[in-house]
Amino acid sequence: MNILEQYNYWVVVCLMMIGFFIVISHGNLVKKLMGLSVFQTSVFILYISMGKVSGGTAPILDQAYSVFSNPLPHVLILTAIVVGIATTALGLALVVRINEEYGTIEESEIQQKDDREC
Amino acid sequence: MLNHFPILQVIVPLLAAPICLLLQQRRLVWIFTTLVSAIALLISFQLLYQVQTQGTLIYELGGWQAPIGIEYRIDALSALLLVLVSAMSTVVLMGAHKSIEKEIPEDKQTFFYIAFLLCLAGSLGIIATGDAFNVFVFLEISSLSTYTLIALGKDRRALWASYQYLIMGTIGATFILIGIGLMYMMTGTLNMHDLSQRLPEVVQTKTVFTAFAFFIVGVCLKLALFPLHLWLPNAYAYAPSMVTAFLAATATKVAIYVLVRFTFTIFGVEFALSFLPLSELLMVLGLLGVFGASIVAILQTNVKRLFAYSSVAQIGYMIIGFSLGSQAGLKAALLHLFNHALMKGAIFMAIAGLVYRIGATNLEHFKGVGQRMPLTAAAIVVGGLSLIGVPLTVGFVSKWYLIVALLEQGLWPVVALVLMGSLLAVIYVWKLVEIAYFQTPSGELSPNGNEALSPQDALNPQDAFSQREAPWIILVPTWLLVVANIYFGIDTDFTVNVATQAVSSLFGESP
Amino acid sequence: MVILGFLVLTAISIALTKDLFASVMLTGIYSLLSASFFVVMDAVDVAFTEASVGAGISTILMLSTLTLTGRYENPARHNTTLGLVVVVITGALLIFGTSDMPSFGDLLAPVQQHVGPYYLNQSYEDIGVPNVVTSVLASYRGFDTFGETVVIFTAGIGVLGLLGFTANGNAQYENTVAPMYQHKILRIVSKVLIPPILLFALYVQFHGDYGPGGGFQAGVIFAAAIILYAMLFGVGSAKKVINQPLIQILSALGVLLYGSVGVVSLLNGKNFLDYSVLASDSVAGQHYGILLIELGVGITVTCVMIIIFFTFAGRIDKKHGVAQ
Repeated sequence: MNILEQYNYWVVVCLMMIGFFIVISHGNLVKKLMGLSVFQTSVFILYISMGKVSGGTAPILDQAYSVFSNPLPHVLILTAIVVGIATTALGLALVVRINEEYGTIEESEIQQKDDREC
Repeated sequence: MLNHFPILQVIVPLLAAPICLLLQQRRLVWIFTTLVSAIALLISFQLLYQVQTQGTLIYELGGWQAPIGIEYRIDALSALLLVLVSAMSTVVLMGAHKSIEKEIPEDKQTFFYIAFLLCLAGSLGIIATGDAFNVFVFLEISSLSTYTLIALGKDRRALWASYQYLIMGTIGATFILIGIGLMYMMTGTLNMHDLSQRLPEVVQTKTVFTAFAFFIVGVCLKLALFPLHLWLPNAYAYAPSMVTAFLAATATKVAIYVLVRFTFTIFGVEFALSFLPLSELLMVLGLLGVFGASIVAILQTNVKRLFAYSSVAQIGYMIIGFSLGSQAGLKAALLHLFNHALMKGAIFMAIAGLVYRIGATNLEHFKGVGQRMPLTAAAIVVGGLSLIGVPLTVGFVSKWYLIVALLEQGLWPVVALVLMGSLLAVIYVWKLVEIAYFQTPSGELSPNGNEALSPQDALNPQDAFSQREAPWIILVPTWLLVVANIYFGIDTDFTVNVATQAVSSLFGESP
Repeated sequence: MVILGFLVLTAISIALTKDLFASVMLTGIYSLLSASFFVVMDAVDVAFTEASVGAGISTILMLSTLTLTGRYENPARHNTTLGLVVVVITGALLIFGTSDMPSFGDLLAPVQQHVGPYYLNQSYEDIGVPNVVTSVLASYRGFDTFGETVVIFTAGIGVLGLLGFTANGNAQYENTVAPMYQHKILRIVSKVLIPPILLFALYVQFHGDYGPGGGFQAGVIFAAAIILYAMLFGVGSAKKVINQPLIQILSALGVLLYGSVGVVSLLNGKNFLDYSVLASDSVAGQHYGILLIELGVGITVTCVMIIIFFTFAGRIDKKHGVAQ
């Protein structure tokens, strides 16, 4: 097993974890959503990487080429991107409503306000 | 036409959702939605019948054969779940109109029904499909619509609960996506059946191990297994009452289905539960869930939160059954899954009725409802007895099977713990009974409830708190579920047979 | 692999910066970078989508949200230790998992063996479309794409359900000045640009069979043109062009168009979404089917994107209205 061959995947793992860390550790609701989208985008990179064939080309059939990269991960990720933007849009709508009702978009302040109510 | 039923099951509610947007008229939308759900229920019964007579149904979407295209694959387990989900949605929708009119602003009610149908279709899609990636797509349909449904609650905390669920749910879904991706990487296929045949070759690799770990964590987030349950209580407590009833009866059940489907059909029991210490881990978490959540439930003052924690505890029982890895254990888990849906459905429907009259969910507002709304309160009591596991209710049946399964492996201490868990249920149910039946309402009850009352009721609050039952349109479906609780508690043929069939097909298929 | 390095840098700066506007921009850059990475990886369709969605639509939405909520985040963090522990464990598990992965770009990896080659070798015969991604997306896995269209529709319903109508409620804000009203040059330039953008969207819509593109990308571009118009000339005047209830109905019709193609197959005795029934020749049928469903996707995506943008913009108008 050549270590260098997995270099790509390692970087992708780092990217995923940075995104994941932003989601967990930041208290700002918009920032959390950004973290989520970084996390998801990195997973997309993982999928796309696995479909790549060295020396291949984009899977649009043409006489000039004979080696193509695998189209299936591309299709899956197209769907996943759409799911991602749908989630982000809904999340942002929620943030807007939360801001209207609570007057803040910081997790800790919202928690405080809720505790006072209980 | 009969051979198209697997796909009709999902696309009927799926296509009905956009049609709702064209209908506009609120009452019409409600009738239409309920009708669609009822049709889905009939289809699911037909499917169950077909599965029982013809065995597993396979439907190739787009006419492309399985690993190339997507296929639907319905066996006894999926058929049982399809019946459960569409039955619950139909019952909840029957009662939804009145409750929704009161709890959701007028201009948003249409969106409520659309989201409800999408949620239903998403759940049905997850259950019917035989393709791992398709699970993810439909999971997101049902999740996104669930976030919307929860956020429609009138308390502002509903928004916060929905946001938290969105974050947790998306992390869960992304984990599942990573798991599916790694599996695909090692096998080159996404079809579940195909996966189950190709995985054994590579099962020893670390990549498959990682895939499985990510998958388990992702699903456990979705099904609210004990330490990952944090999103659930608030989501249940602040969502509109009918949404709570629907979610409590279906959402976590679908997640458990996904867990069972992936571990048993794709990975196979041997790999899933014996190669890893997963079995022990899940059992400990299940027990912790039963105790932790039950104790927290006892401390709650909000009735919806109380039963939400109780749900987390009941999920613990299912996971214990699942973790045994034996046929009997899985059968107990499935029975409890079905039965718990009946109990929580009945309880939350009854609470929806109470909320409709009282307008609040704090325990103190429930003083004396036993006298004022005897039928509604009785429904909660029967549901509660079922939760405890009293004989003649469904709760008894599933606990019985669970204990038998545990004894089969000689796990005496666990049996004792399960019984102790039931005692905790006695405490929190009793707490409610005591307030409902043995305390008289304290003078004026209106303060917090006011904003929930409809304009006419608000004018003369006395009238609103006079001795009135919940409207019959909520009461009838509630009692349908209550009767189901007792019926399936006495006549166990149907549930046990289907569960047995489901289990044997799962064990037969696994490599 | 320089791109990957830049990606890491961008991600770290997103985590560190306190200025939310800057982080939005960085997230946009992150998307663009990953899009270019996708091009290197031969995934042109994905790159196209990621660029238009990640760097375009999602940036606009995040900026609109920030206009409503405020620019800076609270420096106080919590869960940092817990977060680190969780992240390190998850990351370690993933790294552990990579050690048995087939090496990168390997033609003999399982991924390249089973289903993938079938698509590459058979799709032209089955479907007759050179872009294999389109064949898989629209036909072999057409049901996933149907699900995806429904996901977008669900998001539209969710946003509408949460932020409500802005159709007629605030007529008094109709003439709210657009944020970029003063920029005359921008306005003239974009007036010239919008028609070609719309044309390009149509090209992308109908050319997806041969090159990268398809209903989803076209929908996003189409919506982007209208959003651009709204930003420069004011949401009010854009609303005069775009009728809100109509847009909602269209978004539903897009899903229904997709679904009804499937229902037609059902009525003809074939399985759901089997396009071969649409014409006497099965390959021609596939062609029609793909064209129709891509159109459905395009309509729904355009409408939902417009709905989402206008509901957000409606909130901004409302806020300014209250402030005045």
